[in-house]
Amino acid sequence: MIPRWVAAVAAVGALLVVLPLAAMAARVNWADFWTLITSESSVAALLLSLRTSAVSTLLCLVVGVPLALVLARARFAGIDLLRSLVLVPLVLPPVVGGIALLYTFGRRGLLGESLELAGIQIAFSTAAVVLAQTFVALPFLVISLEGAIRTAGTRYDVVAATLGARPTTVLFRVTLPLVWPGLLSGTVLSFARCLGEFGATITFAGSLQGVTRTLPLEIYLQRETDPDAAVALSFVLVAVAVLVIGLTRRSRSAL
Amino acid sequence: MTGYTHRGRASARIVAAGAVGLLAAGALTACGTGPGTGGTADADDAADRTLTVYAAASLTSTFEQIAEEFEATHDGVDVELSFAGSSDLVAQIQQGAPADVFASADTANMDKIVTDDLQAGTPTDFASNTLMIAVPPGNPAGVASLAGLAGDDVHLVVCAPEVPCGAATERVEEAAGLTFSPVSEEQSVTDVLNKVITGEADAGLVYVTDVRGAGDKVEGIEFPESESAVNVYPIAALERSAEPELAQEFVDAVLGQEGQQVLGDAGFAAP
Repeated sequence: MIPRWVAAVAAVGALLVVLPLAAMAARVNWADFWTLITSESSVAALLLSLRTSAVSTLLCLVVGVPLALVLARARFAGIDLLRSLVLVPLVLPPVVGGIALLYTFGRRGLLGESLELAGIQIAFSTAAVVLAQTFVALPFLVISLEGAIRTAGTRYDVVAATLGARPTTVLFRVTLPLVWPGLLSGTVLSFARCLGEFGATITFAGSLQGVTRTLPLEIYLQRETDPDAAVALSFVLVAVAVLVIGLTRRSRSAL
Repeated sequence: MTGYTHRGRASARIVAAGAVGLLAAGALTACGTGPGTGGTADADDAADRTLTVYAAASLTSTFEQIAEEFEATHDGVDVELSFAGSSDLVAQIQQGAPADVFASADTANMDKIVTDDLQAGTPTDFASNTLMIAVPPGNPAGVASLAGLAGDDVHLVVCAPEVPCGAATERVEEAAGLTFSPVSEEQSVTDVLNKVITGEADAGLVYVTDVRGAGDKVEGIEFPESESAVNVYPIAALERSAEPELAQEFVDAVLGQEGQQVLGDAGFAAP
């Protein structure tokens, strides 16, 4: 039973999200829609966004799963501090993230100088976009997965271990399959966050067609001269995000 | 049944509480944005008036100074400044933002205002700006001229052609018969400047006023081809202004001797 006033406030909340999206969709110039979204710069931006988001999500998985496991299970002094620090990008304005990355990986940054000596240049490259996206998206994966691991508990892991399974085997055969829904939703959230990443990218990676200008940057730039193209591309971005989230919902409920 | 009535009342009370909260917040905001002279006695003689000025981001320091002088000579007048990219400001004005005066960084954006007939009177040019090469202190890449920017070994950052400084960059390229291959085409001239200040870029094309404003954080290199891309800044009072006379007075202040002095000191040239 949901109290009526709760439903009423919920409706207001839903409207707050849906109304602006609908208003934007109403402004799309449908007659030229296809031309607008298939221009050379638009396609380049969309492909770059999909490519970098996929790589970044993979990176999030590679480092995020171990991180979530440690945060959920390990016991050591300072773990609470570590958890807070890892989750900082969630509440940080992305521009601040971009500045932080610049002072780490930039040419004169903490690691940048050694990297440049080794012949690796991150500034103004697609790698910088991936780094920025990973930085902002990682907490989404970690927070979803950590919660799932805590909820799942350790009973099955303990049983598997007493039956002689090695820790790595337990991780891949017992722990991760148990938290599969949490892992999936964390992955999707990260991907969606990567797709929408703007502030850190523009601050840290720059903006060049096909190299660092992702879809959000392209939208921001098109707005200067061609608002119709900006709205059309925004619609594409929303559609991709809805599609990704919708597909995961379906595959989750099928489980 | 009674249960429902009761619940209805409870929800009404919650809505009422929310409304009171909103009103209180509104009242607080109203206090917060009031003129700074609100507490003094002379606030009573002259009615408190607010003038909202929308100005291009490159005018930030100069317009802050001009507004301060304007407030000093106009009792009870509070000048609210809003700085952003010219095209952002135009979009906001077109959507009905309460601006009294608009100062644009190029004629293209002022033309949009004129097309929509949102100006009061004809826009007047009040300053101009040209491009300059900015390099990090010490000029690590040894840039000496515009032609030196065309090489692959120089990390050059410019504005995207879609924004005014980028359009100027394209005109300069054309005039010099050069083709740049920048590592990044930024959204605004401040983004370009920042890439140079942080040393990410070896060189950037920015306005003379940006180099002047950055002090010793960058070095500026002049080049003769900059003459082919002079950006003119127009200003106009806006038609929907609630304070048309005051708006015109501010425009006059920018065009007047003191305003021109402030702009000149910052590196702006006459229009």
